[in-house]
Parts: sequence; C-alpha cells; structure tokens
Amino acid sequence: MSKHRAAIVGAAETTLMGTVPTMSQLQLHCDAALNAIADAGLTPADIDGIACAEEMPWLVAKHLGITPVWVDGTDVGGCSYIMHLSHAAAAIAAGLCTTVLITHGESGRSQVGVGPLDMKWTDMHRQFELPYGVWGPPSLFTIPVLRFMQTYGLTEEQLAMVHVVQRQWAALNPRATLRDPIDVDGVLSSRMVCYPFRKLMCCLVTDGGGALVVTSADRAKDAPGRPVYLLGSAEALEMPMISQMEDFTSSKAFRVSASRAFERAGIGHRDVDHLMIYDAFAHLPIYGLEDLGFVRPGEAGAFIAEGHTAPGGELPTNTNGGGLCYMHSGRYGMYALQEGVRQLRGTAAAQVPDAQISVVHGVGGMFGAGATAVLTNQ
Amino acid sequence: MDGREVPVPTPETKHFWDGTARGELLLQRCDSCRAVYFPPRPFCPACASRTVSVFKASGRGQLHSYTISHRDVPGYKAPYAIAVVELEEGPRLMSNIVDCPQTPEALRLDMPLEATFRQISETIWLPQFRPAGARP
Repeated sequence: MSKHRAAIVGAAETTLMGTVPTMSQLQLHCDAALNAIADAGLTPADIDGIACAEEMPWLVAKHLGITPVWVDGTDVGGCSYIMHLSHAAAAIAAGLCTTVLITHGESGRSQVGVGPLDMKWTDMHRQFELPYGVWGPPSLFTIPVLRFMQTYGLTEEQLAMVHVVQRQWAALNPRATLRDPIDVDGVLSSRMVCYPFRKLMCCLVTDGGGALVVTSADRAKDAPGRPVYLLGSAEALEMPMISQMEDFTSSKAFRVSASRAFERAGIGHRDVDHLMIYDAFAHLPIYGLEDLGFVRPGEAGAFIAEGHTAPGGELPTNTNGGGLCYMHSGRYGMYALQEGVRQLRGTAAAQVPDAQISVVHGVGGMFGAGATAVLTNQ
Repeated sequence: MDGREVPVPTPETKHFWDGTARGELLLQRCDSCRAVYFPPRPFCPACASRTVSVFKASGRGQLHSYTISHRDVPGYKAPYAIAVVELEEGPRLMSNIVDCPQTPEALRLDMPLEATFRQISETIWLPQFRPAGARP
C-alpha cells in the first residue's frame, strides 16, 4: 500500500491556448479532458467520477460519454479545481469512485458558448455592491490594496515588480502570452485601469482549459507517467463580497486553508521547493506569501522585488509566468495545478532542479475563497 | 433610468431600502449579543439569535479603502471611486464618495465621511458618502 491516498496520473492543458475562437467553452473542457485522459493512458470508460466548474458536470460527462458515480460541481471561482482535487482524493479514499476527471475550460477572451450564469453575482452583491459603478474583478479585487499600502508601506513600484519578476519566468516558457523583458517603468507606464492598478498589474484575459485525472496511489503505479501525489490539502471560504472582507491586509480564507494544508501534509515552509500563488492581480502573490506564512506581514513586496521568487531565487514562484504573463481564462487555478504537476514530473519549461514538493494555492472570487494543495513526487 | 444597476429589494432587505428613500441609513443590532451588522438579514450572524432590531445609524463613517475606476459604466463617468466605508457603528459597506475630487490626493484613507442619498430609480435611493462638512 502506498503511504499516499491519491495521485494525479493525467494532466494536460488544451491543445491551443490564448485566443481560441474555434472552440466553445464546452469544447475547451472536452479537449483538455481528452488530452489528460490520454496522458494517463486511459479511456473515458475508465473514468467513474467527474468534477468541473463553469460548465455543469452532467454536460461535460455526457459529452465525453462518461456515466459518473461521483460528482462535484463546486464552483467558487478560480480555486475550485484545487477543491475538486481535495474532494476527489477523499472520495477515492472512501471508496466512492476509483478514477476522477477534473476539468476546466473557459472562453474568457472569445466568449464562445459562454452561459449567462456566474457564481460571483450573488444577490447580496447585486444589491449592495454592483450599483456603485462596479464592472468586474478589476473594480473589486483592487479595493483592499490601498489599505495594505497605507498599513505596510507597499509601493506601486513593488506592485509593478510582481509583473516584472513573472515576466522573467514567462520568458523561459514558449507557451506564455507575454514573454518580452519589461522593467518597472514599463509596467508603470501601462494605462491606469483601477487606481492604483495599471493594465499590466491585472491578469490576461485568454481562452483555454485544463484537466486532471486522479486515482488512488496504488492504481497510480500502473500509470505510464510519473505520478504526482497529493500530500495534503485544505480549503476555506470567507465571503462573496469584497466590502465584507474582515481584514483588508490579509485573507482569512488564505490563512485558514494554507495552515491546514501544511499541517495535513506534515511539512514546513522550508520543505517547499516550488510555489504557485494564483495571481489574478499583482497584489495576490503579496497577500499569498504573507498569508501562507512564507514571510511576515508587510514583507512580501520587498521579498519579491529583491528577487527571492524569481528565476534563481530561493522560492521559485509562479514559474509558468502566472496569470499576469502566462494565461488567465477567468478561473486560473487549473493552470497553477498544471504547473505544479509539470514541475514535479520534471517537464516544466522553466524547470526547478530536483523539485520534490510543490505548493499550489488558489483564490476564488475576490478573496472570497482559498484552496491549497501540497503535491509531491516522492 | 440610465441603464445602471438598480438594487431589487428582497423581504429581508426591504426595510433598508425603505430607509434610504427616507434619507435614513438603517442597520441591525442583535438584542441578545448586541452585535451590529450589515448587510441586512433577520438573524444575528454573530450568535444566530432571531431577536434583532433595526435602528437608524448616525450616517458618519471613515474611508476604509477604495479604487478609482478609469472605465465609464452606466451612471458613472470615469474617473470615479468605488469605496468601502467603515461606519461609526462598526459595519463596512461599499459606496461612492461624492462632492469630492476623485483623486488619490483628495481621497485620504480614514477621512471622516457622512451619508447622503441619491435617487437612482422611482423607488431606490442609493446611500453614498461625502467628506464630513462638505457642501453638496
């Protein structure tokens, strides 16, 4: 018996990413799913559990010819797939199913076949936030940062450095959208979107998808590729309204999720070889590094600006280029998981030498949800 | 009126929007644990008691944080601030800061604010805030 409960045995993104008007959102799910199932050396007939966001599980399952006996349609935004992974591991350990397919697909840029429903628009948001000139994540997610800047002295230059450093990673990744070198002035001269956030402090808006195949660690021994094991995971919700965030300088969902995931995995911060922190906006890695406990409150801006998360740094972070430079379809968490898996398989474009433990942390909504997965190849 | 988003009250929030139409900012307080809370609901989020009271808030608060949107949307001409106000009674709510330049220099965190009410439909008056003592 393996010491682990569950393993990722198939992982893939859509064949095309970026601007993909030739695929609907549903097809992005299915294209990624077929790639991931093939990567696992399986066929859809081997899948007996399904989890997805954006689309309803029954549609994705039926389209792929799967009759799942375990279903998870959790959709709390971009970290949903990290939750799916956690739930799938528990379901497999409980004997509810043997092999779970997790899919993401989002026609974020081309808006092909996108439904009208969106998890963000709860009634309390519609009554008490939307009427104030709100027009989407850039006008909401950015609101807490001025309080953070006043509290800790974080500067606009440090916010810009988050993009600069991730561009360094993206330069190493042929699939990344933004690869040309850029400096702080380049970021600070991009147009203002929602003060103090300029265009290059906001994520890309692209089309794409990704999928994972998860099974028991014992079954994973038969997989063609190197299994990536789930060492520990956790999740938390805070609120679906940014105005009701308890502390504008720290995410409760991040703190609760990450501390439990580290505890369950039995690891400390020094054990982490590679880190992914969902970066919908430039302040996310800053809140993330602090709330996950890698640095003390107020230190993350300088930590990133000094190069500790950059290529060659002690804590390689967002090594695919992140949502700022790699791609961001809307719910980016799947791409963070994919990069964690690639690093542990040794197949990343910007490979971290001998990476054994990768932590993947996601956000959902506007600091509304957090989910953390600790992955290992050992 | 102009394509902007207009709140649709529910049974649990109707008293709040009836209040803003009268120029009153209404909050709720738990009769058991005395917690003051927002947004409206007929039970206390701190202790789950269903015995709660509606009361009129002072309308005074402080600017907790904000962003300045540089995109026009129906009812709003850029640049305009989307702000979170911390009320004197404790709860925070989203709002706009009016009668004030929409600039980082004019919009200082923790500046004292007072509520004002703007009619945006036949029945809905939106609570907004202006610098305390500012002339409309």
